[in-house]
Amino acid sequence: MDIHTYINLSQTDHRPMYLQIMDQIRHRVALGDWVAGQEIPSIRAMAAALSISVITVKRAYLELEHEGVIVTRQGKGSFIADNPDIGSALRHQELDQHLEAAIDAAKLIGLPEQELQTRLRELLRQRSEESSEQRPGHNKESSE
Amino acid sequence: MTTMAVTFKDVSKAFTWFQLNAMSFRLEEGQIMGLVGPNGAGKSTCIRLLMGLLQPDAGEINVLGHNMRSQPALAKQDMAYVADGMGLYDKASVEWHINFVRAMVPVWDEEYARRLLKHFHLQPGQMIRSLSTGERTKVLLLLALARRPRLLVLDEPTTGLDPVARHEIMSELSDVLLDDRRSVLFSSHNTRDVEQISDQITFIDRGELVDSSDKESFLERWRRIQLDVPANVVLPKPEGVVEIVRKGHSATVTINRWSPEIVSFYESSGATVHEIQRMNLEEIFIASVIHKREQAESRELPSRKEPA
Repeated sequence: MDIHTYINLSQTDHRPMYLQIMDQIRHRVALGDWVAGQEIPSIRAMAAALSISVITVKRAYLELEHEGVIVTRQGKGSFIADNPDIGSALRHQELDQHLEAAIDAAKLIGLPEQELQTRLRELLRQRSEESSEQRPGHNKESSE
Repeated sequence: MTTMAVTFKDVSKAFTWFQLNAMSFRLEEGQIMGLVGPNGAGKSTCIRLLMGLLQPDAGEINVLGHNMRSQPALAKQDMAYVADGMGLYDKASVEWHINFVRAMVPVWDEEYARRLLKHFHLQPGQMIRSLSTGERTKVLLLLALARRPRLLVLDEPTTGLDPVARHEIMSELSDVLLDDRRSVLFSSHNTRDVEQISDQITFIDRGELVDSSDKESFLERWRRIQLDVPANVVLPKPEGVVEIVRKGHSATVTINRWSPEIVSFYESSGATVHEIQRMNLEEIFIASVIHKREQAESRELPSRKEPA
């Protein structure tokens, strides 16, 4: 497995490296690239491939283990948790993060909860109008 | 019990103009330690003591379970050392050096040596005098790595190298740790290299230990807190706060014992927390060195005043 095609660390990302690793592994699982039960690189292999400290990767793996995303079996290696719903659970978790960011942003400008919900509905309505406007046009073009 | 690759216990060494004072730190097997300090801090002295090239005036040094004073030959068997400007013969080729070292040492991994030649883009027939600084460092590193030492010691391996050569050397170093019985200790004043690959970090300054711990707890312990402070509020200075800089209605608190309780502590004193920032290793290094120097100077000051 070429780790670099899966994990990319950024020097300009201000978050600590272990958080970046955790995020990228969760994302791989959410995308379905890494599936339940699949073996992932060992701590030392990951550290060597990314040229980063063993202790940093160890920390990322430990916290992912606490979250139930991966399991590490002594002497056998690390695996994505044997839970068929793990991908969708992480997709929902990613979505929740975005929604929470929206909640924080609303708080910052003093937007009441009701209005935030109204705005979300409004944005969803605009989206569906846009896509229904596009569809007839698209059909016309392709039929010509 | 975890095995120690290196143990320094209260190691002292005095020279005419410089003194290494009660230096203590430990490196576990299977880890990389970055030894960081300004120029003249004592990094090379520590490394020369570790390699048995100098004898300490006091204290104990243990390497891979062997005492450097009583069993130096046993300890040195499993160590390899690379320092800037180490002897390579200008008029001999890379290949000649490989053959020379192979004949001298008990363990030599020829396959690994050939692989490193390729990785480092070195030509076996090339004369040493035609090599750049970076290529010379790579030759030295190759000669050390192919011995498969259990402890690899490097004095400023990346000083004066371009970013590409630095990257190649750093990635070879981190590959060493695929084997969990091997350890690396390297000195550097490039905090970025150290932050990236070290498991353990030791800061030294003016011959003294400033701090030594694992990298993750280093980064976890330090924070910079931006506070909004009304004019009438007096900011407390709890333990762990190394600096408070106050300008107008804002203040910056630098702390080396961060915990979330600090926020409520300052808020109850009447300030508002504006932002909490993590610090990178370079910022932590500078803050700890300056803090340590200030402490030392405030201890010296009273005695200096007396004669005047």
